Formats: sequence, structure tokens, C-alpha cells
Amino acid sequence: MHELSIAASLVESAEQAARRAGAQRVTQVFLRLGALSGVAKDALLFSYDIATAGTLLAGSQLVIEDVPVIVHCDQCRCDVALPGIQDFRCPVCGRLCVQIVAGRELEIAGIEIEVADEEANPQPAT
Amino acid sequence: MTDLTDLIDLIDLIDLIDLTDEESMTTRYLEIRQGVLSKNDQLAAGLRERFTRAGLFVANLVSSPGAGKTALLERVLAEMRAAGLQVAAVVGDLQTDNDARRLARSGALVRQITTDGMCHLEADMLAGKLEGWDLDALDFLFIENVGNLVCPTWYDLGEDVRLVLLSVTEGEDKPLKYPVMFNSADVAVITKTDLAAACECDLDAMRANIHSVRPGMRIFETSAKTGAGLPELIAFLLEQRRAKFGN
Repeated sequence: MHELSIAASLVESAEQAARRAGAQRVTQVFLRLGALSGVAKDALLFSYDIATAGTLLAGSQLVIEDVPVIVHCDQCRCDVALPGIQDFRCPVCGRLCVQIVAGRELEIAGIEIEVADEEANPQPAT
Repeated sequence: MTDLTDLIDLIDLIDLIDLTDEESMTTRYLEIRQGVLSKNDQLAAGLRERFTRAGLFVANLVSSPGAGKTALLERVLAEMRAAGLQVAAVVGDLQTDNDARRLARSGALVRQITTDGMCHLEADMLAGKLEGWDLDALDFLFIENVGNLVCPTWYDLGEDVRLVLLSVTEGEDKPLKYPVMFNSADVAVITKTDLAAACECDLDAMRANIHSVRPGMRIFETSAKTGAGLPELIAFLLEQRRAKFGN
């Protein structure tokens, strides 16, 4: 259940960024998850609710974008997406592809935050 | 009369509450583009810089439990020491310092990280174990990770090379079952080759499976018992170190 510690790191990073931006609340977190990241999506979603409890992210939604493995095929001279992660042969010509272009992502793309409108209701600096 | 003033006070209080609640919120998108494990990544990058400045070449050994990391390291440390190299090892386990005691017999500097249940090593755990060591005086540092083919994948320890070990007793299809770990490693080391015949291990199939998930990966076939393949592995490590530091 390593997804819980990954969720905890995710929450820590997102909360830090949210605080720096003066956010009151985080409503959505956008995550890019590569097929080669090795993270189980369902387990991560499950862990997310636990990890966000009591933080600025409580009640927020985790939006996951699946990123397929993309390799560069020397023979076809182009980047191709692989259907799985157990066979690194080019699906077009069958050549083994060494160069991985995408698919390792475990990255927070961005967050949706709520910021108090300071002009409408000025807050003293703390 | 008192009732009325109370009521007025109450209305004032409600107004006050309403005011503080009337904060209008703006929703906006904040771009981050940051690795989820950026904290570990940053620490690892710092370690890598420190190792590089010290002229220290670092190898991270990962495998399932019982693949033979400690047995392989016992031989590699002893042979490197015999060749006049300064070597050290940090070994991670959930419990016991058995492995550290085994490795220390080689005469190398050895420290144990007991993770107390944690299934992988992280950069800060390694950093904490380096205190008091003169890194400049060392040529090689080996990190024996916790036996686990899943979680150590994500945690960069500042190593120069990641070796994934796979014993002939584990089945030829292990790389297909754990493609993420095999893909994250630089080199594969097949261990316990002296048992291959007894286990009816098809080494050709094992090699093909490694290359299926990690095309072109360098593979060493070793036996810590007979010493087979160890000279090639050690020569490779020395060559990698020379390529990095030029000596």
C-alpha cells in the first residue's frame, strides 16, 4: 500500500504550493500518471481521501490524467505509444525500442484553489 | 426592556458573523508541474552532487527478498578491498542488523538502516547514515535497498547506477511481473547461476524477458558461491567509475 505514502507526498506538495498562493482551500488536484509510474490508480484515489483529511485539500477531487508509455522507434523514426508496459517492441515494426519519451510521469500538473477576494474584504496581514 | 437590548445585541452579533462569512472567493488554477516525490528528488540530487564532489561512485542494489543482494555484496566488497579500493556499504532491512554484520566481515565500512517496517529506503534515511564518513576517501558506496521489487522504484538515492538483481530460483518471468522496477534500473544481475540447472531455469527466456521490459539493458550472470561473473561485474563498475571521474 505504497500509494498512501505517495498520496501523503502529493498532499504535502500541493498544500505547500496552495499556501504560498494564499489559498483558503484546494478544490481540485490535477495529476499526470504515467503507465510506468507503477502507481495503482484506485489505491491512490482511496488513499487520497485519507491523506487529505484535515488539510487544505480536504474534500477536494483528484483528477488523474493517464499518460501512456511513448517510445521512440529508430526504425520508423517516430514516437509511438505502447499498449502495455511488458513489451517494448514497436507496435508497428516490431523493433525493440530503448528510448522512452513519456510514461514515467508522477507529477502534479496543477491545482484549483479558492483565494479570498481581498478587495471585497481586506484581511490584515498575518 | 432587557429582552429588547438582548435582542438588539443578538442582531448585531449576527450581522458581525454575516460580515465575516461574506468573504467572496475567487477560484483559480495554479500550475505546479512538480514531481509528487520532489522532496525526495531534491534531497537525492543534493546527495548526488555531494558524491560527485567526493569522487565517490554509488550503486543502489534492488531486488525481491532473498535474491542474493547480501551474498553478492560480500564477494564484491571483499574483492574490491583486496584490489586496494576503499569501499563502503549501507544496508536497509525492516529488522535486524544481520546483513551489516555479514558485510562488515569484508573489512569495508558498513552501516545498517533498520527501517522498522518501511518497505524502501529514502534519500533522507541514507543521508543520515553518512555522518562521520570521509566520503572523499572512498571509491565506491553500495546501497543495499530493502528487498522489494515495488516501492524502491520511486525513491532516488543519488546513485550513479541502479542494479536490479534476479535469482534463477525466482522464475524467468519476474521481469514481466515487475516491469516498472526493471525499467527503472540500469543493469540487471542474474544471481545464483550455480543453481540454474537444479531449478530448470531457462536463462535465455530470462534474458529475453529482461530485454522485453528494458531493451538493451546490460545483463550480468553471477554466482556468489562459485564467483562466476563477478570479475565482469566488478570490471563494469570500475569502468563506470573511470568514465565518470577519469581515474
